[in-house]
This record gives sequence, C-alpha cells and structure tokens, in this order.
Amino acid sequence: MFDVIIIGGGPAGLAAARKCCEEGLEKILIIERDSQLGGILNQCIHTGFGVGIFHEELSGPEFAHKYIEMLKGTRVEVMLDTMVLEINKDKEVTIINHDGYQKLQTKAIILAMGCRERSRGAIATPGSRGAGVYTAGAAQRYINIDGYMVGKRVVILGSGDIGLIMARRMTLEGAKVLACVEINPYSGGLPRNIVQCLNDFDIPLYLSHTITKIEGENRVEKVTISKVDERFTPIPGTEIEFDCDTVLLSIGLVPENELSKVAGIQLDKRTKGPIVYENMETSIPGIFACGNVVHVHDLADNVAMEAERAAQGVSDYLKGCEREAEISLSTTSEIGYTVPQHIHLPLDKDRYDIFFRVRKVFGPAYILVKDQEGNQIARFSRQYIIPGTMEKITLPKVLLQKGKGNLTVSIEEK
Amino acid sequence: MTELICIGCPRGCHLKVDEENDYAVTGNNCNVGAEYGRNELINPTRTLTTTVRLTNSVHHSLPVKSAHPIPKKDLFKAMEELNGIEVPAPVKCGDVVYRNVADSGVDVIATRDLD
Repeated sequence: MFDVIIIGGGPAGLAAARKCCEEGLEKILIIERDSQLGGILNQCIHTGFGVGIFHEELSGPEFAHKYIEMLKGTRVEVMLDTMVLEINKDKEVTIINHDGYQKLQTKAIILAMGCRERSRGAIATPGSRGAGVYTAGAAQRYINIDGYMVGKRVVILGSGDIGLIMARRMTLEGAKVLACVEINPYSGGLPRNIVQCLNDFDIPLYLSHTITKIEGENRVEKVTISKVDERFTPIPGTEIEFDCDTVLLSIGLVPENELSKVAGIQLDKRTKGPIVYENMETSIPGIFACGNVVHVHDLADNVAMEAERAAQGVSDYLKGCEREAEISLSTTSEIGYTVPQHIHLPLDKDRYDIFFRVRKVFGPAYILVKDQEGNQIARFSRQYIIPGTMEKITLPKVLLQKGKGNLTVSIEEK
Repeated sequence: MTELICIGCPRGCHLKVDEENDYAVTGNNCNVGAEYGRNELINPTRTLTTTVRLTNSVHHSLPVKSAHPIPKKDLFKAMEELNGIEVPAPVKCGDVVYRNVADSGVDVIATRDLD
C-alpha cells in the first residue's frame, strides 16, 4: 500500500514528490510513461526556468536535474516506461509496463499528467494536407531531443510561448521564420518572449491575422494569411502570401484528463482540468491534481509551487483533516476562470492564493472580490493585466471571514 | 528616452531608459531591470541555448548553454562554432563542452546529465 502515487514525472510530479518526502510520507511512487524523468522540461532547452523556485535562471533540463538530484537517495520510488491505464475513487491505480499489468493500491493520488497541444484538427485550418505542418512542441522535440531540423522557411500560427520560443530556435538553427500569425489582437505569450524571440530576430508578428490557406501536395509550398475582423472572420482583400515549407502551430494547450474523466472526477469546462479546492484536492477526496493537468501555466516555477500545495494537501489528508463545507468562487465574463474554484471550510490557512486569466488586455485596473451580498471584501490594483500572463491575488483569512457566502472575482478599469 | 520590456525574468517590467541621464532606468522592480536596461542600449547580451551532437550514446543531442550572456551580435557566430562540434557521452550537467565561444570569453556548458 502506497501513501501516495504521483502520476507523471514532469515538473508537477517531481515537485510534488519532493514535498511529499519533506512532509514525511513513507511510501511515495512516481509513475512516468517516458524512459526518463523531467517530462516536457527535457525538450525546453531555453532558459527562463527556476527564477521563482531556485532564484537563478535555468534551462528546462537544468530545472529537472535539480529536482532529480534532490530525489536521489530519498524514499521516493520511480517507475519509468509505465503507463497508467485507469484510476478509480477507491484509489486503485492500474498500470502496464514491461513487467505486465498490475493494480496498485494507494491512500492518495496526485494527478500530474500535464497537457497536450491543440492540433490542426482543433481549428480546422483550410488547405491541402502536405507534410510540414507540426505542432510547435512536436517540432521542439524533433529538433532538441532527436536532432532533426524540421524546415527551412517557416510560418508560425499562434503566438503562445512555445511558438515564440520555436521562432527563435529555428532561426538560430538557420531557418528563416517569415511570420508569426496571431488571430487575437494581442499575443498569448509572455512579453519577454515577444522581445527576445521575435524582436531580437526581426520576425514580424501579425496580430488579428490567421492562416486562410495552406498549399502544397506533398510538402507545404505556400501559406496565405488574412486579417480578421472582431468576430475572427477573414477580411477579403487582406491576403498576404508566404512561400514556405513549414507551418508550426502554437494554438494552445489542453489539460490531459482522460484518466480523471474515467475516474469520475468533476472537470471545469473552462479550464478542461479538474475542479479543485485551495489544497488542490479534486471532487474525489484523496485525489489531488497540480500543474498543467489543472490549468495551463506560463511557468514551470508556478507549476512546482502548485505541486507543493497539492503535496501539502495530501499530507493533511493522510492526517485526517476534516472538511465540512466550502466557499465557491465565480467570475464575471472578463475573467476566464479561477483556480481554485472552491475553498474548504473551516478556513485553516492564513492566506489563500487565487489564480486566474483575463480574456482581454486591460490597462490600469482593479481586481475586485465581492461576496454573495455584493460587498467588496478585497481590491487589488494592477498597472496592466494581460491574457498571456497568469494573474494571482492573495486573500488573507481575515478578509475571507468577513465575506458572506460565495465570492465573485471581477475586473474594474481605473 | 527608450522604452523596453525587461527580459530578466517572466514578470516583464516595462522599463524606460534615459540615455541623456547616464542610462538611468525607471519602471524596474529589481536590480536586474536596471542592469538590463542599461546594457541593452550599450552592449546587448543574451544567454545562448542550443544543442550539440552527442556521440557514444543512445541520445542524439546534448542541451547546452553559454555559462554567461554573450554579445547579441555574436549569437550566429556561436551557433556556427557549436554546430561543428561533437561531445562524447557520458556528460554531467555543468561540464564545459566548448571554451571561449565566438571569442566572447564565455564557455559553453552542458545543461543535462546524459549517458
């Protein structure tokens, strides 16, 4: 019998394991489907990791390396090349690997499966189906792990961070990145990545544009982009053509919750991840979740911090912390979602961190938290709030105690 | 006055650098921003991350980085040099795999253990 089984050995799983160990849990197991720990960190060879956790700027593999070193010689067991087939509410974990099919029993589970890339099918890109269309993360793996170059003349659709990072990577490796095309009037990536990945190499960013045609029978030969109106409909007469052999898609990530669904864990339609409490517990007691399986993060450091909260949650759960009721958090339409979606009662923490993303760009604004009766219990000032950066507010317990019933988070422009 | 976005950390502070006042930086939330704003106008530098060919291993590529930022104008020269080298496994994270890249005085180090 395990105390906790952690599904996934990427940044979320590694950080959760370390914290579970620190909390004194005895039987800890990480299950990883790849042949090595680290998950997506292994292909993220760029720097920008670790500032929040280790106070130094590390590459993805270095960030993973730090955790792997910390876990060496500890009680944490690792099963590599192992696929989890099913989990259930009784905390049975069904796995398959070279040794065959097994059921493992555990007292708690941490879901740390991460996310997947949205693909071409998800956005129905028009045009032929020649080779040369990749998701940005797949191209990243081919180049950084497998050592293959994926193309010479590239158009990138979407301006998420992976797309921006790949624009720089392909350029450094000798490709010509002709354009980064974003359907929204703003980029979904971090501002620093616009600067150091696009501006540094004079790669043009076409906002409010999308790909309207991909041509080429055997291999991509030409891409047409068009400007779009407010409803994302292409405007005739605005077409620009690029002769290129490669299209990279950086059009969003979706939490990977096949296991969660089968287990009957309640998912949030907005995040596509489990609905969680402040301790990262899902709707099934004893099953916790953290990282990109819950909601897509900008930074591995934030994933690791969330994983530590989940590990703390498991530790408290195993000690038998009683939970009676909850406060629910909702948002007004300018905010996409909040994580957590619920806060357990009684309030047993001094502070509660709430994370969310806005749906459009805001200049100077207030983040307001109101209770069920419309009383404002907290207000936070910001110089700007953008969809590309996850926002965080911290609610002290004393303020939460003042509020009556459920809470609503909203934005008010100054 | 030049406006910049700091790349020192993911926060991305909006900086203003005053060239006529000894490159004084405002809008930063820490010293990294002050230093970045000044350097960016005088001698912009970047940490280079890439891969080099790995031999004697089931893995093909070894991730590496410049141990310190190098001048931005030398990034492509550094890439050309690194594309020509091979490193035999095993390698430890932090091992120097190439010295004085693009004559910058900066070494290139492995960012991962690979057998």
